[in-house]
Amino acid sequence: MLLELRGITKRFGPLVANDHIDLVIEPGQIHALLGENGAGKSTLMNVLFGLYEPDEGQIAVDGTPVTFRGPSDALAAGIGMVHQHFMLVPVFTVAESVMLGHESTRGVMLDLDAARAQVRELSARFGFDVDPDARIEDLPVGVQQRVEIIKAMARDAKVLILDEPTAVLTPQETDELIEIMRQLAAAGTSIVFITHKLREVRAVADVITVIRRGAVVGSAAPTADESELAAMMVGRAVLLDLDKAPAQPGATVLSVRDLLVLDRAGTTVVDEVSFDLARGEILAIAGVQGNGQSELAETILGLLPPVAGSIVLEGTELVGKSVREILDHGVGFVPEDRSHDGLVGEFSVAENLVLDLIFDPRFRKPFGVDIAAVQANAQQRIGEYDIRTQGPGQPAGRLSGGNQQKVVVARELSRPLRLFVASQPTRGVDVGSIEFLHRRIVQERDTGTPVIIVSTELDEVSALADRIAVMYRGKIVGMVPGDTPRDVLGLMMAGVPLDEARRQAAENPTTETILKEGDL
Amino acid sequence: MSTVIDDRPVAEAHVVSPRPVLRVPITLAVLSVISLLAFGLGSESGTTSTLALSFRNDAVQLSPLVLNTKGTCLALSVICLAIAAYSFLAAFRFRKTPMWLNALFGVAWVFAFLVWAVEGKSTSLVDLLQGSLLLAVPIAFGAFGGVFCERAGVVNIAIEGQLLVGAFAAAVVASVTDNVYAGLLAAPVAGCLLGLLLALFTVKYAVNQIIVGVVLNVLAVGLTSFLFAAVLKPNAETLNTPPLLEPIAIPVLSSIPVLGPVLFRQTIIVYAMYAAVVVLTIALFRTRWGLRVRAVGEHPEAADTVGIQVNRTRWRNVLWGSSTAGFGGAFFTIGYVGAFGPEMSGGKGYIALAAMILGRWTPIGSLGAALLFGFATKLVSALSVLGTPVPSQFLQMLPYLLTIFAVAGFVGRVRGPAAAGVPYVKG
Repeated sequence: MLLELRGITKRFGPLVANDHIDLVIEPGQIHALLGENGAGKSTLMNVLFGLYEPDEGQIAVDGTPVTFRGPSDALAAGIGMVHQHFMLVPVFTVAESVMLGHESTRGVMLDLDAARAQVRELSARFGFDVDPDARIEDLPVGVQQRVEIIKAMARDAKVLILDEPTAVLTPQETDELIEIMRQLAAAGTSIVFITHKLREVRAVADVITVIRRGAVVGSAAPTADESELAAMMVGRAVLLDLDKAPAQPGATVLSVRDLLVLDRAGTTVVDEVSFDLARGEILAIAGVQGNGQSELAETILGLLPPVAGSIVLEGTELVGKSVREILDHGVGFVPEDRSHDGLVGEFSVAENLVLDLIFDPRFRKPFGVDIAAVQANAQQRIGEYDIRTQGPGQPAGRLSGGNQQKVVVARELSRPLRLFVASQPTRGVDVGSIEFLHRRIVQERDTGTPVIIVSTELDEVSALADRIAVMYRGKIVGMVPGDTPRDVLGLMMAGVPLDEARRQAAENPTTETILKEGDL
Repeated sequence: MSTVIDDRPVAEAHVVSPRPVLRVPITLAVLSVISLLAFGLGSESGTTSTLALSFRNDAVQLSPLVLNTKGTCLALSVICLAIAAYSFLAAFRFRKTPMWLNALFGVAWVFAFLVWAVEGKSTSLVDLLQGSLLLAVPIAFGAFGGVFCERAGVVNIAIEGQLLVGAFAAAVVASVTDNVYAGLLAAPVAGCLLGLLLALFTVKYAVNQIIVGVVLNVLAVGLTSFLFAAVLKPNAETLNTPPLLEPIAIPVLSSIPVLGPVLFRQTIIVYAMYAAVVVLTIALFRTRWGLRVRAVGEHPEAADTVGIQVNRTRWRNVLWGSSTAGFGGAFFTIGYVGAFGPEMSGGKGYIALAAMILGRWTPIGSLGAALLFGFATKLVSALSVLGTPVPSQFLQMLPYLLTIFAVAGFVGRVRGPAAAGVPYVKG
């Protein structure tokens, strides 16, 4: 099936999310759509899938123009989509999820046996190991993604759209997904692969289209090198490698011992974790989303009470102290979900820059807040961090992701710290801001602050870390130096112990490593 | 290419419960001790409690059950204590006490209470059971109406109002036409009209569902009370003297001793309730319609992406649910009391909401919970007639106390449809 997008334009109020985009997807081709967060990739695919109606332009299937009024039209035309946030009902079984929307029935009753058989058949064809009677919420994300693919294939999708499919996967799972994509393409299914990760694009794509600010800025061959692709994506030359000086660790100031944290259901989320951290050192906590890293960071700040264990910072026990006391003790914290926990969207940039500092004498007058000092502080930070805003009075919620994150980081680093903890410091942030934030974090390290970075992005971990702790199901699988190869880290993220991971990585290098060491 | 990932000692996720959860065992133990001390040892030896097993007009009269009060209470208390002990044992082994044992405990405890309360007197067991069933009817229909709506993601607080307008419409239409079945048809139509408003505001205009529901209840109370005072009262002869539904005895089944007359010599509304619970259960869990409805209530975006019309499904379900609740309202007038009185639903709609939650959003569970509320209410009225040692104000608390215990202790954590209460706005 030949799918063409002709001059697609989609506006949200004054914002042009897609600006006259042309795209041709040939049968059996893996077509990568590369662009930063907010470049308009997902909007374009939602138009293609019938979730949004385009303001201008048309979609053509095998040369015939078509109109999609809703997802059912797109599905009928043979377009399937695996969304970034899976569209699966957590309490349904795999068979129920796959049959939903095109159920086979016996009389008025659902024919679950037929659905089970279909799941087994498709699962066998692609080498998935999926139990049709498993409940979705009990499945790991990697398997849930396969259920999504089965869902699309059960409807005979000729074009499969994968929206940021690797965001939730370990490098090894990513590799398996790439293999599945190749298999599907070989069987004649066209694949649209949306991503912002350069490595994956080069590993799998036949054609690369780069989108920036809602418009196609060009296409590239998979042989193009990474900095070339990055420059197209961002619109200027980007330094992909952060050159940082080697760490100069000082005295050990933080020691975490046997930390045990349970969630509300009584499941262990942080399982007897112990580690030390020295002044002037960055410890990255790596792991696939949901393996206890976020909870570990929240426990250090006092947001979650641990069941057992201790956290001692410069001789003071933090466990049992309130969040306010811990902040006052000199802990800076960048939460994982900035729009929810890091900022008050309705408040101005200036107010957000002093959100947890209003008890600081710098911003206080005898009977209230020193508004002039708050304004002066805002002007200074906006300049220092290059925060792109209409002014200190603009609501923080209106800023772009990267600028919002700059506000949070600027606030947390605007006072002397004993410890700096940042969860996912660059999630959903544009490449330019990532560069800036990384530099700023290293700068903080170099002033002697111990830094903990929690990140699910291996690129970020490798760029920042002096030491890496890999977490899996609440435990630290191993503590490794910052220059540990990605393959080894990836295996450890799946729970493989360090020595075993080294051995397996040497035996089975992933595509990424082959690409890197190969002669491309 | 394939790397072995899982199944390593490090990889074992395990559930750590540092302490066994003793909420249920302690509750059971405290209740058992109360039963032993108050009912068992508190009753005088030698007295008897008499429980009638037949209605006066039954063809076959069974002789009433005469029980030694102290002996029976002691025996039942011992059963309760045994179950409580087993429950402790299970808790320390990190196992859950099976549901049927909890139910058995409940039956034994309540029976001990009943035997103690009628010490030296007599009451009718069949009357108690039949009364429970009848009181449960509007609650069950209200809860079914709630299930319809919430399974599709709309919280229906307006059950109370729907019961009330159903009761009103049934009374007026049955009086005017002098046909009780016309009244039975009018009730769901009235409920549906109220549902139309609910769907319009919650689904189309995405207004907060709780607020709309509460407002509709106030509207229903105001409207029916006004019409009652202004129209029905002056013309009571023509507008508010509906004929009553006649009980229909089902051959064979109604001649089963004790339970036969209780369950199978009832009006058509009660039989409709039996049918509704079966049909609704099958429809919700075994048909295409049910699968789609549940998807809409759990994850509307997911339903949308496979081509299911989320808001159309919600519209339809709100109308179905409101009609069901309205139908249940007919019971108040043409099924039980006869004439309409202002605010005669008396909070049953809210109890229905609780029954739905207690029944974990399933039709069978809702019916069970409704029967439980019905029984508690009937027990209170039966006991107040007898003049028992317990103050009547305390007895009137019983149904609500039961709700708290049942929801907190026995059901545990309940999880409703994930998207209930959240309007679906595209894009």
